[in-house]
Amino acid sequence: MRNTKSTILENVEIAPGIYSMMIETEGSRFSHPGQFAMVQVPEKFLRRPISVCRFDGDRYTLVYRVVGDGTRIMSRMESGDELDVLTGLGNGYDVGVLPQDVYIIGGGIGIPPMLGLVRALTMEGKSCKVILGYNSEKEIFLLDQFRDLCDDVTVMTADGSSGKKGFVTDAFDVADVACACGPLAMLKALDPKVKDGFFSLEARMGCGFGACMGCSVKTVDGSRRVCKEGPVFRKDELLWDQLV
Amino acid sequence: MRPDMKVDLAGTELHNPVMPASGTFGYGQEYKDYFDLSILGALVTKSVTWEPRYGNPLPRIAECSQGMMNSIGLQNPGIEHYLEEDLPMLREIYYGPVISNISGSSPEEYGRLARAIDGQEQVVALEVNISCPNVKDGGAAFGADPEISRRITEEVKKNTSLPVFMKLTPNVTDIASIARACEEGGADGISLINNFKALKIDLKARKPVTAMKYAGLSGPAIKPIALRMVNEAFHAVDIPVIGIGGISNADDVLEMIMAGATAVQVGSANLVDPWTCPDIIKELPKRMEELGIESLDEIRGVI
Repeated sequence: MRNTKSTILENVEIAPGIYSMMIETEGSRFSHPGQFAMVQVPEKFLRRPISVCRFDGDRYTLVYRVVGDGTRIMSRMESGDELDVLTGLGNGYDVGVLPQDVYIIGGGIGIPPMLGLVRALTMEGKSCKVILGYNSEKEIFLLDQFRDLCDDVTVMTADGSSGKKGFVTDAFDVADVACACGPLAMLKALDPKVKDGFFSLEARMGCGFGACMGCSVKTVDGSRRVCKEGPVFRKDELLWDQLV
Repeated sequence: MRPDMKVDLAGTELHNPVMPASGTFGYGQEYKDYFDLSILGALVTKSVTWEPRYGNPLPRIAECSQGMMNSIGLQNPGIEHYLEEDLPMLREIYYGPVISNISGSSPEEYGRLARAIDGQEQVVALEVNISCPNVKDGGAAFGADPEISRRITEEVKKNTSLPVFMKLTPNVTDIASIARACEEGGADGISLINNFKALKIDLKARKPVTAMKYAGLSGPAIKPIALRMVNEAFHAVDIPVIGIGGISNADDVLEMIMAGATAVQVGSANLVDPWTCPDIIKELPKRMEELGIESLDEIRGVI
């Protein structure tokens, strides 16, 4: 069944260049935090992959950064506008396999999917230590929503204008289990400080549902598609020197 | 009367002329949750090589005006996996005709692949990729040379009992001479076009957008050129032509058939909208009726 016809309920700028778009798609397929949507942007050929921040039934929120033409066009759309979205893509985080205590680490535009994960963990009665990395105070977004769900939220800013000065890696010594999403450099830096966990990768995609092989990465288990077997990978599966 | 969508493709009757193009449909699995694959006229599987291939470095994908570029580099699990895993799994979800697309780095490898696939249940034809723009050994370099194109055709024909379709590259000066060379080599048909070799540059980085400098351009942007080349090939040979290039709706299919195509393949459009093929198949008889077309035979090659 085709279930991509969507309506924008809200599209607001929540920090400079960062937008939050609430969408309703009848028959939306989101089932796990960390999954993503492929958004058909008017006038553009390929869809844009954007991770889901929160979802509830047919309604969900995509928090995205304006990085190019496609996201710029998205940012100008208004509530009531129609959109075509493929939903529920990728594996997402399996909350069931995570332990009682888990570090949740997000950097920059990798922060939004972690909100859905913290929400799911909280609903399961699990506790999170949340670490969020921003460039500066004026770029902070979603922080209040994290604080609503969790008492242990550490903010790191690169310039020290809010929270502690430094990167997410400066916020802790070692984590038994961590889930992380953010720039590749951040994930690489986290790797030696995290014993086990699940990292979410970003990739330029063609289709987003496993058909084109545009986003295949080499892992210890062989070739894996970021869009299909990922975007969430067990940390030990990743071959850092193969990721660009 | 309901318009007749049936086509005869080198001896196999297809209930409609629409099939997904190789490389945009994997081995079917990724689409099974979106629609019942049996609606397809035929299904062309992703290029298989003798050995598994990982493919090219990332990024492999770029967006362009009315199209996209890819430099996947023939990533595939190799012939053994294809025969033991991918084809059997496809048979569980799809019961129609399969066209196996093969790609080699020498005429001899094409021959071995053809032999390995011969006799496989449900496989009704081979499509021979001599046109991939994203590999170093062979690929489009084979399909740009009439003599090599003919030699590969002969080698494949020697090793199979199946009809053989040669898939041609548009990166040539004279498509008619390549089409004729394949016909002389014994091809039962030709498929065209594959991607155009293309370049997109990141101005800030002063580098190509894709990790490989050049990548293959596809999508609606190439449709008018595809129509011209299909038409040239149609007039150059007496064997059937499968039209490929930028098709995304029923009108595009009818255009392609008027240009001379017996059947068509839908490529990039599947990646943007996984329902493209079933949508076209539903729409086609309506458009035929509106345009007063009783059968596809009536309009084939009228241009």
